Amino acid sequence: MEKEVLGLNDVTIRFAGDSGDGMQLTGTQFTNTTALVGNDLSTLPDYPAEIRAPAGTTYGVSGFQLHFSNSDIQTPGDSPDVLVAMNPAALKVNLKDLKHGAAIIVNINSFDAKNLKLAGYENNPLEDDSFEGFEVVPVPLSKLTTTALEDSGLSAKEISRCKNFFALGLMYWLYSRPVEPTLKWIKSKFKDEPMIAAANEKALLAGYYYGENTEQFTTRYHVEPAKLPKGTYRNISGNEALALGFITASVKTGLPLFLGSYPITPASDILHELSKHKNFDVRTFQAEDEIAAVSAAIGASFSGALAITTTSGPGVALKSEAIGLAVMTELPLIIVDVQRGGPSTGLPTKTEQSDLQQAILGRNGEAPVVVIAASTPADCFYTAIEAVRIATKYMVPVMLMSDGYIANGSEPWRIPEPDSIPEIKVEFRKEKEGFAPYLRDENFARPWAVPGTPGLEHRIGGLEKSNISGNVNYEPENHEFMVRLRAQKVKNIENDIPDLEVTDDVDSNILVVGWGGTYGSITEAVTRLRQRGIKIAQAHFKYLNPFPKNTGMVLNKYKRIICPELNMGQLARFLKSEFLVEVDSFNKIQGIPFKTTEIENKILAVIGELV
Amino acid sequence: MKEETESISKAEHPKYTSKDFTSSQDVRWCPGCGDYSILAQMQRTSPDLGIEKEYMVWISGIGCSSRFPYYMDTYGFHSIHGRAPAIATGVKLNNPKLSVWVATGDGDLLSIGGNHFIHACRRNIDLKIILFNNRIYGLTKGQYSPTSEKGKKTKSTPFGSVDFPFNPVGLALGAEATFVARTLDRDPKHLQEMIKKAAEHKGTALIEVFQNCNIFNDGAFSLFTDKETKADNVLILEQNKPMVFGKNNDKGIRLNGLEPEVIDLSDGKYSVNDVWVHNENDKNPARAFILSQFSEREGLPLPIGVIRKISKTTYDHDFHEQISEVKKQKGKGDLRKLLFSGNMWEVN
Repeated sequence: MEKEVLGLNDVTIRFAGDSGDGMQLTGTQFTNTTALVGNDLSTLPDYPAEIRAPAGTTYGVSGFQLHFSNSDIQTPGDSPDVLVAMNPAALKVNLKDLKHGAAIIVNINSFDAKNLKLAGYENNPLEDDSFEGFEVVPVPLSKLTTTALEDSGLSAKEISRCKNFFALGLMYWLYSRPVEPTLKWIKSKFKDEPMIAAANEKALLAGYYYGENTEQFTTRYHVEPAKLPKGTYRNISGNEALALGFITASVKTGLPLFLGSYPITPASDILHELSKHKNFDVRTFQAEDEIAAVSAAIGASFSGALAITTTSGPGVALKSEAIGLAVMTELPLIIVDVQRGGPSTGLPTKTEQSDLQQAILGRNGEAPVVVIAASTPADCFYTAIEAVRIATKYMVPVMLMSDGYIANGSEPWRIPEPDSIPEIKVEFRKEKEGFAPYLRDENFARPWAVPGTPGLEHRIGGLEKSNISGNVNYEPENHEFMVRLRAQKVKNIENDIPDLEVTDDVDSNILVVGWGGTYGSITEAVTRLRQRGIKIAQAHFKYLNPFPKNTGMVLNKYKRIICPELNMGQLARFLKSEFLVEVDSFNKIQGIPFKTTEIENKILAVIGELV
Repeated sequence: MKEETESISKAEHPKYTSKDFTSSQDVRWCPGCGDYSILAQMQRTSPDLGIEKEYMVWISGIGCSSRFPYYMDTYGFHSIHGRAPAIATGVKLNNPKLSVWVATGDGDLLSIGGNHFIHACRRNIDLKIILFNNRIYGLTKGQYSPTSEKGKKTKSTPFGSVDFPFNPVGLALGAEATFVARTLDRDPKHLQEMIKKAAEHKGTALIEVFQNCNIFNDGAFSLFTDKETKADNVLILEQNKPMVFGKNNDKGIRLNGLEPEVIDLSDGKYSVNDVWVHNENDKNPARAFILSQFSEREGLPLPIGVIRKISKTTYDHDFHEQISEVKKQKGKGDLRKLLFSGNMWEVN
């Protein structure tokens, strides 16, 4: 039967199942294939903090959302058009997010009494009118997988674990994607387990052919490649992009990369990725704790490394005292904070932007550090390089803010030619004549004189220093001088960073500002409203300390400033106190990103007040 | 840039004197403090260690002892409380050619920094750790420390401490340290000898120095340092030598099963042949641990000297060896290849 192929502009799919069902893998495979097809895309993995929560429970549901399109997109999509639910719990948890009329593909075999009870359903919702307005497609996923693999020689349990590939194959058919990239991946991934490889391949193809042959689906869909700028692309997550950015910066500075880190969600993947690339002279040290991780990085910086420590909010809290030491000793250091829901252990696997105050202010004493933030997964690459440029040029710690959403989410990245990335000039002090540890260059940076250099033996430390000589100094005037000098050094960096860029500011009364990982949702909301003829200006902060030089000027141009943040209004607070402007804070603290519509509605509400 | 650092010539080996290791800073410890002796012995010994002075790095934490780096005319880093071993680890890992020394105290190393200490020992990273153990908090003016004896009356324990103390040597042995020694601030020659032996060792080396705080804990070690009592209360360990001590070398240590006991060598019942012979290289840590417990027991002398010294590959060595191996296998990193990898597609 020849089936109709319907062209679509964009689709949002969510795969959901038990944390043991392989939903992250399924989503990642669908993403990689979709990238290869040439769609623009954005992803939102969402998984529980428990590694294997009890099967069938609502709190054990793991999801992976993917938005793909034939044009440039910014977000993983507000509401899925399609939900693939592997069990009743997955259906229950995700139903509220679906678009009206969405398709729900369910694994009907999992809707037994036990699973229904675990999900909190008294009756089988597939048998009543619970899903009116949705297009429910019940597929006997488990049974079909078992039938397809009955001769595979695998145990029932092993066969059951292949059902995600059946689902993936079915979705490949439905959205006209090739199966070859995943077949290739299976071959390499399970090269030592040929039986498992064969079973997964078979399940994938069985799913694909099921779609082709069943009468449950009369239509399949097609999404044309997106018209992205010319170039070579790969799909990249924020954590991977940070790692690649740091390696690039290591090459560009000629400094060996030293990472001191302690595993923490959602930052560990940076450690994993960097550990793979020791042939770049990358030195990764998994320390005994967060404090040792940053301390070792500071020690490595003292001895001439490009020193980095990667963590999340709780780790930054532990590292605070050491970061103060790096401020005092004026050593270059990059601290990566992949933010998650807080306070305390909070929501380890969920995203939030609630560490901005900690980043800018969270140390004892007047301890300024540079704070910059990445806005998308691919932007992490360039933000890493920029952090290194600033840290080494000014001999300062730089805090690089990411978050769980952009760290784990991915998007197509146009790979830059390494030659197009400028060198970062770093010079160690060699000259003995006239050396003093706290001499100043035109940027107030002190010389980097590394142990092993004859004649430059000197001592640094956390006690207050005399300028130039670097000797311990407790004099009142000296302390004030040094506090002001360290502050000025950081403040002066405003002369070395781009102005805050405003898009479409002509005749607008309203400015929407944001920072970090909310870039996608804010930009999409603003774009949609502009398409409706509404005039809105948008600015997104990469540099949070110091702020770009023109910030005050920009903020003062608009009647209303709206600041959406995944916190209680931390950027808004800084803008208000530093620039004495009114800021309309728009906050969400649920561990999940903004939906585009939420921001749209907020902007519309503010416009309504203005009229 | 890295290449340049590595190419620094080691050709000229200047003849140093202790002055070359003495910085211009005024030493600010209390007059009479045991720290002066440790500093003096270090400065005296340094010229003989065969270490280029620009390759010597001193890292410290917080406390009286941690002012030490300011007084050594080498590279130095006076860091934050407890973190010296962690900072030193970073220094050493990034440049294993450096000779990295840690000056620390009982509070710094064993209380706030205990975790870093045990992990440094476990890894066997090539650091020399000199523990200034005065069994008191000096810089915060007299609270009990993790090595203070139970019952000690201090400002924070006016009714006596109810805390059991750490035994630093035992702790280091338990954490798999490959070199553990103990010495006394009032025994300059012995202290110098221990410094030299630690310097020669490859791997984590701990020297516990019993150091008198004449302000807050004066006389804590007088039993071991006073002329009249020292001989009968201190056992000087020497490699392959029987453990004999006492004013007239008339006492020995016999190991009766796992029980050490003092035997009298003057009454004819025992001879020197019955005495336990010290073997610092003993593979089995059990005997070293028995020695470490001596100070805690009634009637047993305090062993000083090298308690254990075994040979084991160091963390810094293996760390860089692995990097070299990966470079050999994968070839030196090619940035373009790295960026242009994975599943790629072209947009025209």
